[in-house]
Amino acid sequence: MRSFLLALGLSFAAHAAVADDNPVLTVLTYDSFVSDYGPGPAVKKAFEPLCSCTLRFIGAGDGAALLARIQLEGARSEASVVLGLDTSLTGAAAATGLFAPHGTIAAKDLPVPYADPLFVPYDWGWFAFVYDRTKIATPPTSFEDLATSDLKVVIEDPRSSTPGLGLVLWVKDAYGDRAGQIWADLADNIVTVTPGWTEAYNLFLAGEADMVLSYTTSPAYHLIAEKDDTKAAAPFTEGHYMQVEVAAKLKAAPQPALADRFLSFLGSDAFASIIPETNWMYPATMPAAGLPKGFDQMIRPATSLLLPADQAQALRGPAIEEWRAALSR
Amino acid sequence: MPPCPAEAVPAQRSGAGWGAILTALLIALMLVAPLAALGLRLRDPNLPAGDLATVRFTLLQAAISAGLSAILAVPVARALARRRFPGRGLVISTLGAPFLLPVIVAILGLLAVFGRAGWLNGALGAVGVPPVSIYGLHGVVLAHVFFNLPLATRMLLQGWSAIPAERFRLARSLDLPPAAIFRHLELPMLREVLPGAALVIFTLCLSSFAVALTLGGGPRATTVELAIYQALRFEFDLPAAARLSLIQFALCAAAFALATRIALPAGFGAGFDRTGGPPGPPGLRRIADAALILAACAFLALPIAAVVARGAPGLMELPAPVWSAAGRSVAVALGSAALSTVTALMLALTRARVWPGLAATLPLAASPLVLGTGLFLIVQPFVRPADLALPVTMIVNALLTVPFAYRLLAPEAVRIRQDYGRLMASLDMTARARLRIVLLPRLRPALGFATGLAAALSMGDLGVIALFADRQQATLPLLVQQLMGAYRLQQAAGAALVLVTLSFALFVAFDRWGRHADA
Repeated sequence: MRSFLLALGLSFAAHAAVADDNPVLTVLTYDSFVSDYGPGPAVKKAFEPLCSCTLRFIGAGDGAALLARIQLEGARSEASVVLGLDTSLTGAAAATGLFAPHGTIAAKDLPVPYADPLFVPYDWGWFAFVYDRTKIATPPTSFEDLATSDLKVVIEDPRSSTPGLGLVLWVKDAYGDRAGQIWADLADNIVTVTPGWTEAYNLFLAGEADMVLSYTTSPAYHLIAEKDDTKAAAPFTEGHYMQVEVAAKLKAAPQPALADRFLSFLGSDAFASIIPETNWMYPATMPAAGLPKGFDQMIRPATSLLLPADQAQALRGPAIEEWRAALSR
Repeated sequence: MPPCPAEAVPAQRSGAGWGAILTALLIALMLVAPLAALGLRLRDPNLPAGDLATVRFTLLQAAISAGLSAILAVPVARALARRRFPGRGLVISTLGAPFLLPVIVAILGLLAVFGRAGWLNGALGAVGVPPVSIYGLHGVVLAHVFFNLPLATRMLLQGWSAIPAERFRLARSLDLPPAAIFRHLELPMLREVLPGAALVIFTLCLSSFAVALTLGGGPRATTVELAIYQALRFEFDLPAAARLSLIQFALCAAAFALATRIALPAGFGAGFDRTGGPPGPPGLRRIADAALILAACAFLALPIAAVVARGAPGLMELPAPVWSAAGRSVAVALGSAALSTVTALMLALTRARVWPGLAATLPLAASPLVLGTGLFLIVQPFVRPADLALPVTMIVNALLTVPFAYRLLAPEAVRIRQDYGRLMASLDMTARARLRIVLLPRLRPALGFATGLAAALSMGDLGVIALFADRQQATLPLLVQQLMGAYRLQQAAGAALVLVTLSFALFVAFDRWGRHADA
């Protein structure tokens, strides 16, 4: 047993020692960014020749886990950049005091103005209910419409996932004081609430629900990667709440200069052309060659909703409580 | 009750005794240190009202799930114990399978049968019956029974085979009817084994999270584990997470005290090491047993068949990283299993029952997220957590599987000591000789089952690795999760099938080794 442990330990030591003389820029991000199916590998290939450095990603669960992770590590973190927080978390992230201002990197192609001294947006999307066009001929056009229909939806829990939190903020932003009533009306349409996006989307594809809370760009995956055009997102007249994904430099960054370079790289054409078909979101800067074919078939909501970071932070607790109370009855 | 001969044997103070104390202390340290690292304060204010409702629901679903699993396991295990039929060995092996499915995979398997678009509702719809919904408390209980009924059945089967064959032969020569055999032989065994089995299941269900939420249908079905998740992920309230974790431990300790109070050693006295199971009464009872076994098999096999059907097409397009991830998972699983079995054996072989029992039960109530976060905080000032990903995963998995191994080994160890204690003492055998000649050969079936279960369970866990690993070290469960997160559900289902198959193969290999002790 002991020798087995020892061998295991040694193999890791050897693993860690394989490094060249290039400086290493460590980026802390969520798992699906670094996986072989996410943007990570292509981003590494594009950025490393530009910086003469080694780009290393550390994956840390989902977006919410990421913020917890950076708080656990504090100033001791070996990461210089955190990538993958979303706008419902940036208020809490700013309050940790762990992040440094980025200077002046402006995002050009967001549907709403977004300026934050700490956080640099790199991609974004609209939340939406995704359905199967072969099964629903006329999808609901608003939350109220959905509530009066007998369609069944599956949603994510706002207490454990960022899409779930986005949905709660969506209803709150669109309906204000009426949000609790909307949730009460929706209660009989909600088949179930899952811990995260993965479970919800799997349940939807397994036929457990007619619609699932996801993104307006989710059908693009099925269309482009699977040649399947049956999935679509339902446009809602209230407008669609946005998820803006951001990156930031840590105050205690071991490689501050490389971190700055990486943050500007997020606005480059090289980065922007990687995002659509790996993260299935809109890049914060539109690629010069345009978006891949298929994205033009996605709905583009006329109204985009997004609460400012401080308001999102302040409303989070009460909005979740409203949701819980309405669905617990 | 017959006198308990083992008590007459002078206590043996040897290295093993101190080893067990040290082991128990180590386990306690592994459980308490993370709470301390999270900043647990014992003088915190009382629970908020929302948490009380959470605790109530957690207790309710765990108690119903454990009670139902344990009670249903009695007739199933009894039918299996007294019947011999072709494929019986396969059925008993397969009882391990539901328990080894990754949670999301099992949920999808259950939904394929019982869900809105499932086979059951399809069949009901065909004959014009309105659909039934799986979502709610009953769905949570259904899933927990699916996971745990087989576990309870295997634990009881082991109890049945521990009743010496001579007792059943005596009963037959006295012409006792089945009811009398049940009262005099089987009931005492059940009283000994059933509380422990129910305790394990109850504690397992205490920390249920994804099953309870997804099948529970919404925030009514909030468990303590979800509250922990929320405190750690979104609110970064570490002391609150530690406090909730402590509640889980307290509930587990209370259940342990209750189970210890109810359980009584059966005390059949020694036999000639031969087991045959109870006699199988003919006639209607024979048909009833067959029906029971068939029903249990269908309930367990249908969702598994759905998992296989979903995963099979994905096997054609498995990405290459699946195989290296599988290799890492098997290495971690084997390491964990060895560590877990040795630890459980140390605790099971001591004379004392209460403190080793408690030390070997509490890890079940530990929240993997709290454990992982606490360990992360502890090691992070000294080493890069990613460098320790696999060793930490291995140790934590071993810790989390000790309870199963102990529950399987301890009753056997007690029985062996009662049966052979005096003989060993009168022969003045050394501790080593006792272990080699008397204990280990008789513990072999339990050892095989326990090690197999520990290995297979360690394959599936990702509670801790997710916090430590970077992408070069993904284990198979983590890879399945990554594939699902990238919309690649087909490949994910295929990789999940590989995971389940490997887990099951590991389990069967050890279990067979144990059950073929005489071969």
